[in-house]
Amino acid sequence: MKKTLATQLDAINEYEREPIPKSKLKGMKSFVGMYAGEHIAGTEFVIGPLFVVHGVSAIDLVTGLLIGNLLAVLSWAFLCAPIAVRVRLTLYYQLEKICGKYLVSGYNIVNALMFCFLAGSMIAVSATAVGIPFNIAMPGLDDLYPSSIGWVVTVLAVGSVITAVAILGYEQISKFANVCAPWMILIFVAAAFAVMPQLGITSLSSFWEVAQTRIWTGVPVEGYTKFTFWHVMFFAWFANMAMHIGMGDLSILRYAKKWYHGFASSTGMFIGHLMAWMSSGILCAAAGGEVPPGPIAYASAGIAGAACVLIAGWTTANPTIYRAGLAIQSIMPRVKRWKVTMIVGLVTTIAAFFPALVMQLLGFVALYGLVLMPMGAIIFIDFWVIPRLGMRSNYASVTNTHFNIAAAVTWVGTLAICLSLNFFQNVDIFFLGLPGWFIAATLYVVLSKLYQKKASLQPEPSISAKSIV
Amino acid sequence: MHTILKLISYLGLLLTVVPSVLVFLGKIELDFHKNLMLAGMIMWFLSAPFWLNTQNEQEAES
Repeated sequence: MKKTLATQLDAINEYEREPIPKSKLKGMKSFVGMYAGEHIAGTEFVIGPLFVVHGVSAIDLVTGLLIGNLLAVLSWAFLCAPIAVRVRLTLYYQLEKICGKYLVSGYNIVNALMFCFLAGSMIAVSATAVGIPFNIAMPGLDDLYPSSIGWVVTVLAVGSVITAVAILGYEQISKFANVCAPWMILIFVAAAFAVMPQLGITSLSSFWEVAQTRIWTGVPVEGYTKFTFWHVMFFAWFANMAMHIGMGDLSILRYAKKWYHGFASSTGMFIGHLMAWMSSGILCAAAGGEVPPGPIAYASAGIAGAACVLIAGWTTANPTIYRAGLAIQSIMPRVKRWKVTMIVGLVTTIAAFFPALVMQLLGFVALYGLVLMPMGAIIFIDFWVIPRLGMRSNYASVTNTHFNIAAAVTWVGTLAICLSLNFFQNVDIFFLGLPGWFIAATLYVVLSKLYQKKASLQPEPSISAKSIV
Repeated sequence: MHTILKLISYLGLLLTVVPSVLVFLGKIELDFHKNLMLAGMIMWFLSAPFWLNTQNEQEAES
């Protein structure tokens, strides 16, 4: 066991602080499979029903999902991938070169916390399936706190198993996730098809009429805000904002042979998000507006459906806990990784006790992207714009500083402005990502202009747009 | 051996998706469809792990 763990950790540490060598680059096919699998997660079972709850109309849903997911694919292909294949470094190392060690540590803590909450929602999703045979009372749409002892015990059991696997068997669960992906995609489609007659859909021609009148009716559940085309489009675009605009997938796409491998994300966005969110919305409507994913999947696909919910939550919570552990461990390298992962798993499981994490998932996902987005804007501007303005890219690395004040103020300032707009002007959190990116980009250029004047520069061979183009 | 395993896996996937179309067309009941999906799941998970990951690893190496 010890040897296996050491081997897998070594593998994960591969090329953490150096560019990927040519021999290790991967073709389009690897990314097509990876993106398709990664975006069929347990949380997809919740997002679709929440659109129904928020009263999205059928036309708004379809057009919003089509355009939003297309924009997400374009963000991967044109923002993240071109930098990834040029620098071929992990997000963390690229950020360290720009921001310095200390600021990256702060980023890692925030990142790890976000990962914990995200994994918590996935554990809660799995728990809704595990609770079915034990008749556990599922949390309702308005529940914010643990609804019963049974719920707490179920979440604790699921969280403990997932954490143990994250400590001991990351590689095995990753292989298991690969096996599950094609089957899970079909379960989503099949379950939705099977319940259509219950909703009155008996032919493909009647689908649209029933979709408008019985599924995405345009009327929200009482007490919930009405979602429009714009909500759906921005949510679909920014659901993975941390990964594309936030540059999280630099770590993945650095293995790509060509920048256009970023288009492989279309499998995740269209087979995963678009199809899965629509299917789970149909399941929710067929279950009379119920939201807990376990029961609605069980009602439409029986044991296979419940198993799909359990597996979808488990296989995505596991790497998320592991990543959170890695982020924390990079700050405290002396603490053993299994101890860090165990603590992260505990925090995640406690977070999963609270159904608010699942029932308010749309808001949380939007916040998650927003918090990490400014760092993506900083990387983009640092790579493409800063050298063209006569300043130095990778400033912390060039000047050997541990804390880039320009980057820190950009990050905190952007979030302060965006969250102020949310709190004081009631601008919906879904709409803040786009202006937020331009605020971060502008702030970083202006602040770098002021900040870089002060420091003495040492020449350093850095990879930036100017040195390539 | 791989061919047989693949055949079982694909049959499992067919059992996962085809019954739902039959329910949609009114040919079978929802409960029967659930049983067929369970059978499909068992077939998939008993066969796919033995060839799918091996194939992925070979593709990654080539």
